This record gives sequence, C-alpha cells and structure tokens, in this order.
Amino acid sequence: MEIAVFLFLSGIAIVAAANILVQRHPIYSALSLIVTFVALAGIYIQMHAEFIAVMQIVVYTGAIMVLFIFVIMLLNAGAEQKVPDKVHVVKYFGLPLASLLIFEAGLTASRTFDGEGIPVESASINLSGNTEMIGRALYTQYALPFEVTSVLLLVAIVGAIVMAKKEL
Amino acid sequence: MDGSLALEIPQIFPEIALSVFGIAILLLDTFLPKSKRHAATGIALAAIALTAVFTLGLVGEDGTFFSGMIVVDGFSIFLRITFLVVGALTVLASSSYATRENLAVGEFQALVLFAIVGMNLMAASNELIMIFLGLETLSIASYILLGIKRSDAKSNEAALKYFLLGSFSSAFMLYGIALAYGATRTTNLEAIGREIAAGSAGMTLIYVAVGLLFVGFGFKVAVVPFHVWTPDVYEGAPTPISAFMSVGPKAAGFAVLVRVLMVAFPAAYAKWLGLVWLSAVLTMFVGNCVALVQSNIKRMLAYSSIAHAGYILVAVATRNQEGVAALLFYTLTYALMNIGAFTIVSLVSRQGDRKTYLDDYAGLGFKQPGLAAALSIFLLSLAGIPLTAGFAGKFFIFRAALESKFVWLAIIGVLNSAISVYYYLRVIVVMYMKEAPDDWSPVAMSSSAIAVIALSVLGILQFGIFPDMLISLARSSVIGYR
Repeated sequence: MEIAVFLFLSGIAIVAAANILVQRHPIYSALSLIVTFVALAGIYIQMHAEFIAVMQIVVYTGAIMVLFIFVIMLLNAGAEQKVPDKVHVVKYFGLPLASLLIFEAGLTASRTFDGEGIPVESASINLSGNTEMIGRALYTQYALPFEVTSVLLLVAIVGAIVMAKKEL
Repeated sequence: MDGSLALEIPQIFPEIALSVFGIAILLLDTFLPKSKRHAATGIALAAIALTAVFTLGLVGEDGTFFSGMIVVDGFSIFLRITFLVVGALTVLASSSYATRENLAVGEFQALVLFAIVGMNLMAASNELIMIFLGLETLSIASYILLGIKRSDAKSNEAALKYFLLGSFSSAFMLYGIALAYGATRTTNLEAIGREIAAGSAGMTLIYVAVGLLFVGFGFKVAVVPFHVWTPDVYEGAPTPISAFMSVGPKAAGFAVLVRVLMVAFPAAYAKWLGLVWLSAVLTMFVGNCVALVQSNIKRMLAYSSIAHAGYILVAVATRNQEGVAALLFYTLTYALMNIGAFTIVSLVSRQGDRKTYLDDYAGLGFKQPGLAAALSIFLLSLAGIPLTAGFAGKFFIFRAALESKFVWLAIIGVLNSAISVYYYLRVIVVMYMKEAPDDWSPVAMSSSAIAVIALSVLGILQFGIFPDMLISLARSSVIGYR
C-alpha cells in the first residue's frame, strides 16, 4: 500500500515536472510546478515529515507560486516564441549523456537500496509532530547555518534592488 | 550546549565584522549625498583591515565549533587571509573603476564584503550544509557584481549565463549532498569519513555523491569539462570583477574540494583520483591551447585561468601535505598576479571597457613604460618564468607531484607551462615591438589602481625571489590539517 501511494505521488511529481519544460505558456508551467509541489508534499507526509509537508504547501504553493502567477499575469507574458535551434551539438551529445546519467543513477539506486531504506529515528516522529524537534535543532545544532541563511537572504534582497531599481 | 554557543562566537568574528560593515555601507550609502558615496571604499578597506586583525587573532586555534559546523585550523586561517588580500585588492581596484563607469559604489563594495563572507565560510566549513550556504552567499553576490553594469548588454549576458549555469551546478551539488547524507546519515565531513571507514555506508552511493559534488565544485573553479561559461563571463564582467572571479571563488572552490575529498572521502581516493587526474590533464590542455588563439585579452586571461585551475588540480591529486601547501601558496600568489594583470587591463580598456583587444596594447611599452613593465611582470609570472612567484608556485606543485609518483602529471604540467609562454609573451611583444596607433590616448591612472599594481608587483617579486617564508607558512598551516 505504502509503495503504491509513493509510486502514485512520485509519478505525478515527475510527469508534472516534465510538463513544466514541455509547456510553451508560462502560466501552464507555473501551474504544473504547483502540482509537483503538492505531490512532493504528499511524499514528505509519507516520510513522517509533516511539518515540512505543511511548510511546502503554505510557503511554496501558497505564497511563492501565487506571487509567480501574479507576476506572469501582470507582465502579460504570452506563449514562448519558438526559436530555431542553432546548437545541434547539444541535441546529439546532451540528450544521450543526460539519459546515461539518469540510467546510471537509477541503476545505482536499485542496486544500493534493499527496499528497506534508512530507518527514521522513532523519537523524532513521536515528538509533537516533530515541529518541536526541528525548532530545537535549528536553534542549537544548526544555529550557525540558520544565521548564515539570513546573510544569504540579505544579499539576495540587495541584489534584487540593485538589478531592478531605476536609479541607485 | 546553551552557554557554550556564545563562547564560540569569537571564532566567527571575521565573518561577523565583514557582514556588519557590509550592512553599514548599505545604510550609509542611502543617507550620504551622491558626491560623498565613494566613502564606501574607505569603509570597506577598514572592514577588511579589522577582519584581518580578528583573523590573525585566531592563529593557533585548532578545533571545530558550533556543533561541528565550522573548523578553525591553519588551513582555514591561511585561506581567510588569502580571501582578505583578494578582497582588499578588488575593493581598491574597483573604486576608481566604479567612478569611471558610473556604478553604484556602495552596493559594489558591500557585495564584495559579502562575497568574502561566503568564501570564508566555505574555507572554514566542516559540514556539507555550511559549504552549500557559503557557496550560495558567494554565488549570489557574484551574480549581482557581474551584472552591476545594468546598461551594458555584455555585463547582463555574463550575469545571466553565470546565474543559470551556477544554479544548475548548485543543483548537482545538492543532489550529491543528499546522496552522501542518504548513505551515511550525516552531513558532517568528519562523521562521513568515520561512517565510510566503519564500512556502514553503501559505497556505490558514495561514489555517485563524490562525482556529483565534483561537478558542483568543478563548475566554481572552472575545470574542464565545466569551464564553458568562463570566457563569456570574464569578458562581459566589469574588469575588477573578472579579476575577483578568477581568483576568489576559485581559491574557495579548491579549498572546499580539498577538504571534502580529504576529510570526508579519503576511502574513495582510488575512485576520485581518476576523476581529478583526467580533469587536470584536460583542463591544462584545453585552457592553454585555446588561449593561444584569443585576440581579446580578457578572453585570453579567462582561458589562462582555466589552465591555472588545471595546475592546482595537480596539487589536489597528490593528496599529500606538500601538495596542499603548494596549493595554498599557488592560490595566494596567483591572486596577486591575476588581479594585477586584470587591473592593468581595466585601465587600458578606457571608459566603457572597449579597448580589450591585443592591438590596443601596441606601443604601450613606449607611451607608458611603467604600466607596460608591470604588466610584463604579471604575464611573466603567470607564464612561470624564474624569479617570479608563478615559477615558485609551479615548482612546488610539480615537486609535490613527483614526490607522490605522479610523474606523468608533472611532465604534462611542465609541457603546458611551456605552451603558455607563447601567448603571454605575445602581449609583451605587441607592447614593445609594435608602433602605437596615431590616435593614441593616454591611459588614465588613479592612485588606488597604482597601489594595487605596486602591491601585486612587490608580492610577486617577494614571493618569487624568497619563496621560503610563504611556503613554510603554508606548510605549517597544513600540519594541523586533519
């Protein structure tokens, strides 16, 4: 049963992710991305990472993607123009190499995993929906990465302003 | 756990100081009138000086801090100093450039400081997550710096290309991190090493993880086959940023590569040695051979920087302490010569970065002998002519390779070094043997650019004629290396 649900969810995620690339209209791509995120959230729930799953829905699907779609609509972006492909090398080398990489990755995964996977530490599952565990880890063991993230985000904000503001 | 966190804060004083000053520059810039905004350069230099004091205060420390997130040892302190030198020279070189090109000085200098924070964290990381955060801080700062000439199409192209390919390579690296975590249940480098040594990790997964991580770091340091972005990005970037990109992220990338390969994956040495070996040979040949036919000097220096990444990879392949010491020596001296060369390129290119072709250097030797002499020293050092730091650096790397029985790598390296002499000397020939064009306009100098050039020349000659001091410092930095 668990395997069936996992296969179903990951199938949706992969098809939707491929659809992002195939679609020519940005709105369709954005909507496909939302489908991918929701399917991923389902997989997170299967892994007992309920907090991450909820965050995935609230932050990515809820906030960021809505913003994405607003921007696309505001810009009134139409369907992408087909540009004649000048670089044929990419087609002839890139595709086979990419398929080879995916094939190898699949082969490795099927060889390495015995179907058991890595056991989730049971203590972390039972602790109040593991939100408390995440909070504890963020402010003790991962305090430094947590703080560094704020510097990273600051740099990104500065960058957005430098790139977009009319006059500095 | 609770009280000790505060006690460990002095270990990251350098990064805190840089971040605080970066924010201060951004705030000040808003309130200062336009005519006084060049004050940012002075503040940035003060910040770097203060950070150097903090960093030197850490000398002698040896251990991991913040629950094993960062490691302070000789290796990371030496690299932090290297990054501060790179940062100081970049800040100096870009102050007059930013005025000339009418760029936002405050944001420019603040972003350079943030980029140093990223590099520092990379060098000191003991955790795959910290490495990723440091790398992203550096990357985002570089994306913006590359595109800071917003009205210039080439600068935009450089920023966009680096951004797209950089995000792509980050994704590869993240996948590698995820696989390493999946195989060992930890992201701590030392713990990964222990898990593998204990035999409790799936080795197939580890090999794939090492390969993917190599793709991620290989992109940052521009080794073949992950080098294709380099010439376009260096050509389009504001020239001081080309200089910065060719030395800063490269040194930081190699620092991380060395630490990850040696601390986390020594058990996979037999596998990654092949990767590094092949990539080193390809990188040296592709970089040097393509550089031979470049007519744009920025593109030539870009291919030359690819070739130099190949020499440094030879040092990585040796995996011994002598090799790592040679790597430290090489990254620092390479920073001096490349920033010096790019600074002169930026001066000669005049307003708008237009004159970057080889012919624009015709007659420079007669019109401005001092500038031409300095550029000659930088190019000779890049070529590895004796009495320059470039020679000493290559000598240490190839000797380390020979000591570890990598005879072929050393031979290929020396051969490539000989190829490279051609394209470096070609610039010197054009400067001294060709007549200046009739519509020659003098190259405008600025005191800050002269300072950069003078410091670089001094450094190259100092470390070229008396390399003992620096190499023994590098050796002692490696000894504490675990």
